Amino acid sequence: MQVSMTVNGVAQEADVDPRTLLVHFLREALDLTGTKIGCDTSQCGACTVHLNGKVLKSCTLLAVQADGCEVTTIEGLAEGGEHHPMQTAFWENHGLQCGYCTPGMIMASAAFVRDNPGASEAEIRHYLEGNICRCTGYHNIVKAVKQVADSAAGA
Amino acid sequence: MTTRIFGSGIKRREDPRLITGEARYTDDIKLPGVLHMAVVRSPYAHANIVGIDSSAAEAMEGVVAVFTGDDVDLAGIPTAWLIPDSDLKTPEHPALAKGKVRYVGDGVAIVLADDRYRAQDAADAVVVEYEELPAVIDPEEAAGEGAPLIHDDVEGNIAFRWVMGDRDASDAVFNSADVVVSERILQQRLLPTAMEPRSAMAQYNAATQELTLWCTSQNPHIHRFIISAVTGLNENKVRVIAPEVGGGFGSKIPCYPDEALVSWAAIKLGVPVKWTETRSENYLITIHGRDHVQHVEMAASNDGKLLGVRATVYAGMGGYLSTAAPGIPTILHGLLYVGPYTMDSVFCESIGVMTNGTPTDAYRGAGRPEATFLLERMVDNVARAIDMDPVELRRKNLIPAFEDGYEVATTLIYDSGDYPTAFEKALDMAGYSDFRQAQANALASGRYLGIGVTAYTEMCGLGPSQVAGAVGFQGGLWESATVRVTPTGKVQALIGASPHGQGSETTLAQIIAEELGFPVDDIEVVHGDTTETPMGWGTYGSRTTPVTGAALAHASRKLKDKARVLAAHLMEANVDDIEYADGSFSVRGSPDQAQSIQDVALMAHLAWNMPEGMDPGFEESQFYDPPNFVYPFGTHIAIVEVDAETGEVELQRYIAVDDCGPQINPEIVAGQIHGGVVQGAAQALCEGAIYSDDGQLLTGSMMDYCMPKADMFPNFELGETVTPSPHHPVGVKGVGETGTIASTPTVYNAVLDALAPLGVKQIDMPLTSAKVWGAIQAASANGGGN
Repeated sequence: MQVSMTVNGVAQEADVDPRTLLVHFLREALDLTGTKIGCDTSQCGACTVHLNGKVLKSCTLLAVQADGCEVTTIEGLAEGGEHHPMQTAFWENHGLQCGYCTPGMIMASAAFVRDNPGASEAEIRHYLEGNICRCTGYHNIVKAVKQVADSAAGA
Repeated sequence: MTTRIFGSGIKRREDPRLITGEARYTDDIKLPGVLHMAVVRSPYAHANIVGIDSSAAEAMEGVVAVFTGDDVDLAGIPTAWLIPDSDLKTPEHPALAKGKVRYVGDGVAIVLADDRYRAQDAADAVVVEYEELPAVIDPEEAAGEGAPLIHDDVEGNIAFRWVMGDRDASDAVFNSADVVVSERILQQRLLPTAMEPRSAMAQYNAATQELTLWCTSQNPHIHRFIISAVTGLNENKVRVIAPEVGGGFGSKIPCYPDEALVSWAAIKLGVPVKWTETRSENYLITIHGRDHVQHVEMAASNDGKLLGVRATVYAGMGGYLSTAAPGIPTILHGLLYVGPYTMDSVFCESIGVMTNGTPTDAYRGAGRPEATFLLERMVDNVARAIDMDPVELRRKNLIPAFEDGYEVATTLIYDSGDYPTAFEKALDMAGYSDFRQAQANALASGRYLGIGVTAYTEMCGLGPSQVAGAVGFQGGLWESATVRVTPTGKVQALIGASPHGQGSETTLAQIIAEELGFPVDDIEVVHGDTTETPMGWGTYGSRTTPVTGAALAHASRKLKDKARVLAAHLMEANVDDIEYADGSFSVRGSPDQAQSIQDVALMAHLAWNMPEGMDPGFEESQFYDPPNFVYPFGTHIAIVEVDAETGEVELQRYIAVDDCGPQINPEIVAGQIHGGVVQGAAQALCEGAIYSDDGQLLTGSMMDYCMPKADMFPNFELGETVTPSPHHPVGVKGVGETGTIASTPTVYNAVLDALAPLGVKQIDMPLTSAKVWGAIQAASANGGGN
């Protein structure tokens, strides 16, 4: 089945098995392996991308359902060779260890803060319920996201 | 002098590739023509295999081959920790089941296809006829009369029986003690859940007979010799690469059937073969942790002197003995029974029991959380029995500060410790003296606050290898490292250990930077490839910083000695007149004459002008066998509130004071503690693998297994004390597991403290709201608190 979408600003076209999950399409067909798979029940959030600017777990959608959409993955988050502020904040605040949940965490957090500048710590913790990390105990992830949220609010 | 790099919380050198998605984990690596392997797995916990019909699967589009246990000529997967004097049985563990399956998930056949979806479809089309047998999951039940026999050659399902201490001596202490408290403690099964599922890909070159295996491993050199042993390939023809690895927590130590099967299939078919587990598959087949039923007693005097502890432990091994499994509920468990206390009598009988569960093995802390929990639980029980404040009881029994060696009743010699200082610091941070009043006030208004205080020490950075041999570990416990400096003065440090999230590329670079004065950004730490790196035993047991770090410190010092002699020669000075500071060698009294470490490295490579007898090059290696374990310690405190109407527990504050010696990178240390605390607290509060009576894993996905989430925790309050290890070249101790070891009893005891006024004395973990609510109702029916 023919599918076309714009991924990280590049038009992509492919013939896919209709049952192909978007995450497998990104990883296998486009070799965008930054998007990870950590579960098979849409709990962990490692596969989080942006679809038409909205946060989406790419294991919950078939590739064909994304036909005509704009997709941004972790590989497309940086602009002009500069890290996105959320990437910088994760690095500065030690918001990652093994790094496997990190692309999904950053994608989810970047969109959350864009939509909720000035979010409180409690709001951040509540929002991150959909992204699971086994290494950090969330402490430094929350710190990183809060730093960007404060900065986005002009604090 | 510039700011010291040692002790600085610099940003991690690993992170640029991780925050951009550029890192390559095993499943991210592609090879042309790769076949995908799917495994047909048993849906029964215990059954005879009557027949396998793979004809339908073989006819499916894209399917290249289907193989069963009869086709696969691999040696059995070995157990590598052979506990002596324990009547250990090591039942055969074939890579694919032959005749019988022993847990849900046991592999029965493999399918190779050109696409991962097609491989899975075909696996589903393999028809296996089973004759179901009675199954047993609970280890105590499995060791009892009439339990179904899981392996014909493991009588009574008892794989080993390990005894520590003298039973008669223990009886004498317990029979004459003022107070004896007891409890049956369940250390529930936990699912390690490294966020990256396990994956393996193999490629075989028939002309050179070389096998390359990329896999999710904490110890590629161990994987290499096990794969060599099971495939029959010479070890020097096997290259194991652990690329980026997304967490392990012990679950990526063992060599599993899957790694052996992709290797075998790649050799058999002559094309690369890849396998990546799904999360649901991970929960069925990747090792589980804990699974103890413990019968524990502690003896004390009426005035609060702890006299002894003893336990009978039934440790569930699952359907097969995993790589290190026998060592976990024995050596890594019983030897910690004294903890930080002056207690003279210890006794442990640990019975390893085969069950129809997933095999168990080392999971973060590995035996030590199970020991620390029982100890701290019993100390709280003694406090209650003699009506003494649990903090006062601990204070009375802590071992006083010592700097160089303290032998305890388990025969361990703790390296250094100052438990009282860490204890008092944590109590100050928590405001303990005020808390008891606040708790009483809250209770008066119907609110249930509780506090849990854990004093702990633990053993990590295991060694020397002589001890490994004495306790049956089929390997050494040293590490090796090479510090290689290029002609332009850049450093490659090659290590045998294999970090997978710990930040060791940064921490170890800081050690080298401190020793030799190279900028930390000029130091790359290379790991994870058996061809590129020297032999090492792997990253687990909080050993990489203490053991590999020591190897690197020594190798760096050898280089510095060479540099000093060469610098003296180049500056035509006496070696004794050479002064070193911040990567520069100068002649005493002539400060303008200097040679930087980079200058010296270049001249060592050029070798135009070497001192008599000095070899060219600028590279040194060190094998380092630690003289003793290291013993980090500390005190953790949790404050909780329990909603008595719903049973819900709110973790309000968590204070952790840990002492791992001098901290090389305090931010990385803090991260290890944060993560460890959440893992341990989650055991107390929500995690637990649940099986049905017939051996089906009911918590078989992330929908059913309660992983800790961000909104369950407060920000953590960390403090530290610094007590160097006397035997380590830079004084450091491991810190990878302390959080997990200390936090489970801390949170558990806090909840039980909150529930004490309601008359609740014990609840099996995890303390879910349903269980807490049920316990409150049951206690209330029994007359409630006093």
